[in-house]
Amino acid sequence: MTKYIIRRLLMAIPVILLMILATFVLVQAMPGGPFDAVGQKSMPEHIRILLERRYGLDKPLYEQFFLYLGNLLKGDFGPLFRQPAQTVNDIIAQTFPVSIQLGLMSVVVGFVLGIPLGIIAALNHNTIIDYITTFLAVISVSVPTLVLGPILIYTFGVKLNWLPIAFWGADPPFTLGFLPPLTSTFFRHAAMPVFSIGTGMAAGIARLTRAGLLDVLSADYVRTARAKGLQERVVIVTHALKNSLIPVVTILGPLLAGAVTGSFITEQIFALNGMGRRFVNSIGQREYFLQTSLVLVYGLLLISGNLLVDVLYAWLDPRIRYD
Amino acid sequence: MTADKKIDVKNAKKIGESRSPMQDALREFQRNKIAVAGMLFVFFVVFVAVLAPVFAPYGFEVQNLRNNRAKPMEGYDVLESFAEENCHWYDTPLEWGCTVFIAGSDALGRDLFSRIIYGTRVSLAVALAASSVSLVIGLIYGTVSGYSGGNVDNMMMRLVDFLYGIPLLPIIILMTVYFNAVSRQGSESPLMIWLIKLDSAAGGLLFVFIAIGALNWLGMARLARGQVLSYKEKEFVEAARALGAGNGHIIFKHLIPNVLGPLLIAESMAIPGYIFLEAALSFIGLGVTPPTPSWGAMINEGYSGLRSNPHLVLYPGFALSTLTLAFNFMGDGLRDAFDTRLRGRN
Repeated sequence: MTKYIIRRLLMAIPVILLMILATFVLVQAMPGGPFDAVGQKSMPEHIRILLERRYGLDKPLYEQFFLYLGNLLKGDFGPLFRQPAQTVNDIIAQTFPVSIQLGLMSVVVGFVLGIPLGIIAALNHNTIIDYITTFLAVISVSVPTLVLGPILIYTFGVKLNWLPIAFWGADPPFTLGFLPPLTSTFFRHAAMPVFSIGTGMAAGIARLTRAGLLDVLSADYVRTARAKGLQERVVIVTHALKNSLIPVVTILGPLLAGAVTGSFITEQIFALNGMGRRFVNSIGQREYFLQTSLVLVYGLLLISGNLLVDVLYAWLDPRIRYD
Repeated sequence: MTADKKIDVKNAKKIGESRSPMQDALREFQRNKIAVAGMLFVFFVVFVAVLAPVFAPYGFEVQNLRNNRAKPMEGYDVLESFAEENCHWYDTPLEWGCTVFIAGSDALGRDLFSRIIYGTRVSLAVALAASSVSLVIGLIYGTVSGYSGGNVDNMMMRLVDFLYGIPLLPIIILMTVYFNAVSRQGSESPLMIWLIKLDSAAGGLLFVFIAIGALNWLGMARLARGQVLSYKEKEFVEAARALGAGNGHIIFKHLIPNVLGPLLIAESMAIPGYIFLEAALSFIGLGVTPPTPSWGAMINEGYSGLRSNPHLVLYPGFALSTLTLAFNFMGDGLRDAFDTRLRGRN
């Protein structure tokens, strides 16, 4: 297993390099540069040239790329053009924990709500409980963050005035870099963003759990377990459940990717200072290093997410061997 | 007596009649009332989209700042007969008259109901275009990969794995930005000029189509490859080969017809995702070019006034969710009907 993980990590290196290269070339190819204007006026030619030299933008592209790579190895993500007092490192340090907290909490909500609902639906197969759960699941799959977010804000923020409608309830630095403070302010702020991503996930997970459990419940080994007189609870919990969760784990990868996608919208809707919002806000600017670095961070997240899924998969299904 | 006999003959015929798997699936689908309802609703929306000028009271771009941010059903009291003084904008130009804004009007005084109706066109176009793009790419890629086998297959699937490891959404956002910037600036390269023309014909959505298709063909390619791998060893392919059929014939006449079904079902289940993605891209300002109405862009426009005019956000959102709900019911029904493994269980 360790060997497999190491091999996967080594294989990820060319992926990451190519990803950085592609993004770097793409952002630099955009028409216009970061120093074309100061406010409404256009930048004087000689100052623009000096500024570009200051940031190394006058060098050939490949040289800039290798300089950037070298700096990355030293842990330096590069400068910001618009706010010279800050670097990309500062931005990532501010926004990354927020996005990670949002994403992880949504996934947790998805699992905590989704798996029990799926189990209940499967155990009451073809009864009214099953129909209601399945119906609710399809409905919440059909209401995207983009729609659910404003509905939540309007209901709980504006009409009922229970929850704050914007901003994240805590600022970095966090304990261990990402652990949130366990204050009520934090959870009150986090509730709506997390639920607007989490309910959709929960619905997807519930549907998969239901299908997986139904599949497993008609398997021979479950019949054997029942035949030898085990209690129904034992049959479900120790025999059926673990196997029925295999399909759920397979979507964990797309789910994490979906949490990233969702965070682009959610952070925008709730004005959270996360990576997605920062990225979207930077698209009109020519912040070469910020954009490339954010794509890099997303890539690292995605790769580690996929690796985690494969490891979990092997743990759940011992028939899978990776050597 | 004779009547009974007649019935018997009829029944006997029915029993002896053979049903193709297709007919089986259709029968199964028809029994699923919710799926049929979903499909009918989708057809209805297609109908509305095609005849949008008939259904919409105004054009989507007709604006009148005097009538901005009208509440839903504002105009005149629907219970009383038409009275000019009930119109708070009765001194507006005659062609606007005094009518009800069924769903209110937006910040520029454009009728929201009309814009929602025209917005169906964008969502359906995305559903159609993105699923065709990803279907064609995925089908060809997966079939070639699975049929070739060996090293070619290995290499091609490595590329798919590689792309799976890349966060495509931010990169696609950057590509869209790049394309928009270049098309605004104009370009000499004939390819770019052609692309820009095509884009303006598609209401600024060309790149959204390509982007969504590019995001989603990977799964289709994997599915197609898996199907081809299982079919290419089957007897009927063997028989065709023994009769001297070439690779092209086998792929197009024998493999693709068999692979297409599962892929089409997978596409129908992926459509809600495409619609969401278009809405999301339009929401962050990368989709349609104004004034073309897209539900995502409408939510974005109305969002800043959520407190005072929630209808500007909630109605387009409701439309978006209803359409995806219909697609979800339809897709689930199709999957259940065509997946013989599940048959008889539900």
